[in-house]
This record gives sequence, C-alpha cells and structure tokens, in this order.
Amino acid sequence: MAKYLMLKHYTMAPEYMQYTPMDQWTPAEVDAHMKFMNDFVDRLKDAGECVDSQALSPEGTFVRFDGEGKPPVTDGPFPETKDLIAGWMAIDVDSYERALELAGELSAAPGAGGEPIREWLELRPFMGETSTTTE
Amino acid sequence: MHDEELRDLVPIVIGILGRRGADFSTAEDAVQDALIEAFRTWSDDEPRDMKGWLIRVAWHRFLDRRRVENARTAREEHAFALSTDAATTSADDTVDLYFLCAHLDLSPASAVALTLRAVGGLTTRQIAEAYLVPDSTMAQRISRAKRTRAGRRLNRPGNVSAVLTVLYLVFNEGYSGDVDLAAEAIRLTRVLADSIDHPEVSGLLALMLIHHARREARFSADGGLITLGEQDRSRWDAQLIAEGIGILQTALARDELGEFQVQAAIAALHADAQRVEDTDWPQIVEWYDELLKLHDSPIASLNRAVAIGEAEGPAAGLAELRRLDDSLPRYFAVEAHLRERAGEADVAAKLYAKAAGKASNLAERDHLVRQAARLNSEH
Repeated sequence: MAKYLMLKHYTMAPEYMQYTPMDQWTPAEVDAHMKFMNDFVDRLKDAGECVDSQALSPEGTFVRFDGEGKPPVTDGPFPETKDLIAGWMAIDVDSYERALELAGELSAAPGAGGEPIREWLELRPFMGETSTTTE
Repeated sequence: MHDEELRDLVPIVIGILGRRGADFSTAEDAVQDALIEAFRTWSDDEPRDMKGWLIRVAWHRFLDRRRVENARTAREEHAFALSTDAATTSADDTVDLYFLCAHLDLSPASAVALTLRAVGGLTTRQIAEAYLVPDSTMAQRISRAKRTRAGRRLNRPGNVSAVLTVLYLVFNEGYSGDVDLAAEAIRLTRVLADSIDHPEVSGLLALMLIHHARREARFSADGGLITLGEQDRSRWDAQLIAEGIGILQTALARDELGEFQVQAAIAALHADAQRVEDTDWPQIVEWYDELLKLHDSPIASLNRAVAIGEAEGPAAGLAELRRLDDSLPRYFAVEAHLRERAGEADVAAKLYAKAAGKASNLAERDHLVRQAARLNSEH
C-alpha cells in the first residue's frame, strides 16, 4: 500500500483552471457537485482507501520567528498569492495506477452545465517509512 | 448492550473507588480500563449486576495500577482523593466530578475531554473519533489534564459556569463518528440539573432541548444546511420543545436571569412560531437587549442586527450592522441577507460569495455558495 495526497487548489495559473466559478453555476449544478464530492469520499471509505479528507479556508496568515523573546511576525493574507490550497484527500492505495485512476475520477466532478470540471489535481506520494527489508 | 446505562455508571463507580481511598487520577484510569473490558466481553455475556461487575473489575484494575506505581517509586502522595465523607450520596460524588473535570485550570479542550471520559463514560477512542484527532493525541490530552488537576483540592461549591461552558461546547460540536455529542451533552446536563438546583443549569438544558428539537429539520436529504426560516416546522420535535419551554419557564420564574436562560428564551420564541412569519421579532430584539446587558458580545450584537432587520425592516438592520466590526464571523452573510431583502440582488450575490470565502465550515460555505448561485442565475 502507498499513500498519496490529492491536492485541490483555489487558484492556479489560468491554463490549469478554466472552469466557471461556482457562484456562477445554477443552484442545482452546485448541489450536484456537492453530492458528487460527498459520494466520492463515501466510496473511498467503503473501499478502505480513505485516509483523510479536509477543506481549507482560502484566507490564511503568514507567520515567522522574529527573534528570542519577541512575538512571531505575521503578515497576509495575500490575496494575490497565485496558488492557494483549497483542500486535500489523502488516500492509501495498492498502486500508483490506482491513485491516478482516483484522481481522474475526482477531476470529473460535475460543474456548470453538468460538464466535468476537468480540474487539475496535484498527486503527491507520501514519504514512506524505511522498510525493514531494505538492507 | 445498554451503552447509556453503562455510561451512567462510570462517574458513580469513580466516586465509589474514591470513597475506598483511591485518588481521582488512578480511579478514573481504572474505571476506563473496566469500561473497555465491558465493551470487549459483554456482547457475549452481559452480567446481571452491571454496577457490581464494574466496581469489582475497576477495583482490581485500580489495585493493579497502584502496585505498578508503588513499585516504580514512592511517588508524591496523591493528595487528591475524593470526599471520603460517607454521609454524602453518590449524586454529590457525580457533581464533584463535573466541577473537577471542568475546572478553570484546564484548557477548554482538556476540560471537554476529561468530562466526556470521567463523567460521560466514553472511551478515549470514542472521544478521539468524535473530535477527529488520533487516539494517542486524545489519550495524551486527557492524561495531561489529569496531571494538571492532581494534588489540587476541590473547593465546593465548584464553579457552575465553568461546567456549563464545557457542556455547551460539547453540545455545539454536533456529531461525527459513532458518538452523538449533542445527545451526550443533553444527557450530562440532565444529570447535572437533577443534582443541583441552579437556574442557569435549567437555562442551558432548555436551550439544548429546543435546539435539538430542530435538528432533523436543519439538513436536507443530501446534507445541505437549511436555515431557520426555510425549515419544515412540522419536522420539529414538539415534545422536546414543550419540555424545554417548561424547564425555561420554571427557571425564569426565579428571577435570576443569566445568559443561557436568555438564549433559551430566544430559541423558545423561534420554536413558538408555527410559521416563520409568525415569529415575534420585536420580543426577540428585547431579549437580545437583555443578553447584551448581561454580556456585551459582538456575536450577540450581530444576531440583534438580524432581529432588528426582521422587526423593523432591512434598512434598520443594515444601520445596526454598520456599527459593528466587519471582521466578525458571518458579518457578510448577514449583510448579504439584508441586502437581498432590500432588493439589492447584485450586491447580495457578491456578498454571499464573499461570505462563502470566510465560512468556517463546509455546510455553511456550501449554503452560501448556493445562495450566491441562486441570485446569479435568477437574472
């Protein structure tokens, strides 16, 4: 088994994100999309492949250390940031091929006009544990 | 298996071990061990005397744990033994446990976890699942909380408002996993209300019952949020509402007003309206005025602006809103609603989309996106 992160993005370069924003869909299209997402997670759970599924708020804060005894410096939110993470699903699957297959299905979530949104998802393998049989 | 009966027994057995001289921390661990043992073995063979079984197994586990600890070192004396006064009843022991677990020394998250385990009789795993954290994280949170409390004596009477805050937090968490935290909070508040006579305990219980009565109507079949105004009121649980209102009226008659009674009164006014247009908004505004007198909270001010918008029209609501800080949670959702009612659909659609970007949970975000989509597709 291998774990993968499927990252969803709020904003990406335009060539990766061409679909109409959700508030411009009809309410029925919004409902269909929500239902697809919920059903997708349910199917992952049923298949024993779901590790985690989380959504993030678009606005965050940048924070860094600013020296001993001083409070950390904060900045942001940066609305101009090009790439924001909207959320993720972590899956535990038998193979890379299976991970690709699932990411493909998720990217086919229905959008405006019921058409698949064809959103680009970023598939990232987790770093695994050192296997005891490596030596 | 009788889960609830078993869970009712947990604080009682912790109290009994305390009377036999056990310190709280070890007694609580021992009863947790016994509880897990009960879950493991009772499905095949449930004992006739559940309480006797639990006391016996917990006492053995306590002695085991004590032996291990004594062998390790002669650790500091666990000064924190529960009352050994044989004249008090087990109900008093249970109330002591509420105060102990919700003590102000503890962070809210720790107080919640400890209360659910020691008073609620839930296992660490169930609590971890309900709060979506790993078991080991929750186990650590609970043992740290117990270390914080070790060695401190309880000053009775304890701090009732700290206990109520914890129960309210549990109630608001709703439910995920196999534990219904809202129902659990109600169960624990009922036990407390039976044990101590305090109008705010009644106020909180009434508030929970009235909110709980509307739960079935709050979500559509596919899980979408349905706001109060849109709910099918025939799906509200009239019996729970009646019980809540009865408890509230008795509490209000004592004339010792508190925040929970006021919030329950507002919930009761909503529950009283057969149709949304029957809602007595002017009276709701008055109760918000009372609430703000008791505690000047920006959230209450925001809700008051909503009520004024309904009682006196959207322009009055918007005027109230402008006096508040727009970084408040749900500020833009409220503004969107008022603008829509004022006939400004375009502005409202943009505000709904903006509010969706600031929503703190998915159900609310999805609802706000849907509102924006509805307005945008109407023209």
